[in-house]
Amino acid sequence: MSNFLDQLFSRKPSSATQAKERLQLVLINDRTALTPKALDNLKDDLLEVLSRYIEIDAEAVQIDLTRKGREQRLIANVPISGPQQRQY
Amino acid sequence: MAAKIITITSGKGGVGKTTATANIGAALAKNGNKVACIDADIGLRNLDVVLGLENRIVYDLVDAVEGRCRLRQAMIRDKHIPGLFLIPSAQTRDKTAVSPSDMVRLCNELRPDLDWILIDSPAGIERGFRNAIAPADEVIVITNPEISAVRDADRIIGLIEAEEKGPGQLIINRLDLKMVQQKNMISAEDVVDLLAIKLLGIVPEDKEVVISTNQGIPISTNDHSLAGEAFRNIARRMLGESVPFLDLEEKGLLKRFTSIFGSGGN
Repeated sequence: MSNFLDQLFSRKPSSATQAKERLQLVLINDRTALTPKALDNLKDDLLEVLSRYIEIDAEAVQIDLTRKGREQRLIANVPISGPQQRQY
Repeated sequence: MAAKIITITSGKGGVGKTTATANIGAALAKNGNKVACIDADIGLRNLDVVLGLENRIVYDLVDAVEGRCRLRQAMIRDKHIPGLFLIPSAQTRDKTAVSPSDMVRLCNELRPDLDWILIDSPAGIERGFRNAIAPADEVIVITNPEISAVRDADRIIGLIEAEEKGPGQLIINRLDLKMVQQKNMISAEDVVDLLAIKLLGIVPEDKEVVISTNQGIPISTNDHSLAGEAFRNIARRMLGESVPFLDLEEKGLLKRFTSIFGSGGN
């Protein structure tokens, strides 16, 4: 009961919610065999390649692994900033 | 007759593979089916004690595979339920005594005389697991609503898909309704959402399971047990009946609970 009251009066997520959120991340890492560190490296490399061709705001780029059913997907949302100058 | 071969597996140990095999087997046999339960956990024999048949073992799976007895001689008839048979695992050998092709050959020999062959897989993802899934027509993945069991179930589902044995069907075992309502246990709905395979059944936590296992009598023969009813429902679904899931009640209760206290949902 004290546990229940704790939850009612605090903003702390329930242990069930914590378990689900942790599992969502762990399953994506397990299924893709990508560690969070490797995913960060992938994002950095991707940004570097993209910026060779287009002007981008690195802060605005979103790269995420998502899952739908048992399928994983890498989704990149890359806003292109400003009028582009032809590079060559 | 040509039996359907179902392997029950989980990755993690202790989630209820053996209990599920015994109880689904008993419930299918009670419905008039001829069922063989094979204990594929070589070296760690357990299905015999759960079914209460430990004193009747003469020959085992490895004896049959290595030709020391005919397959029929390794099939132990259940004491109470006609049509239910056990092929016990060997206790003194290791998992390398049997190969995946041995299991396929053995099951093919059994298939014509039975309606169902249930294979109780060992925990883990090694040889014993490969042996257990090699002959399977379909795979049942069993898990508990716990972070480690769900993670291992997901890994197993990936391996089953890689072996082209389909994604499998899911049993969520030992769900504590009260803990789910208090939001201290992952709900059945969330487990299904995470693992994304077809749900075959939800078995509630039930102290009666320990008691009936002590006695060597499958809980699915107990009309007053919730877990027993859940296992009977699983068998009915396998036989093609559509039986509603427990979580419909669970959601109803949860809704009522949250509306009384005015706290938001998830």
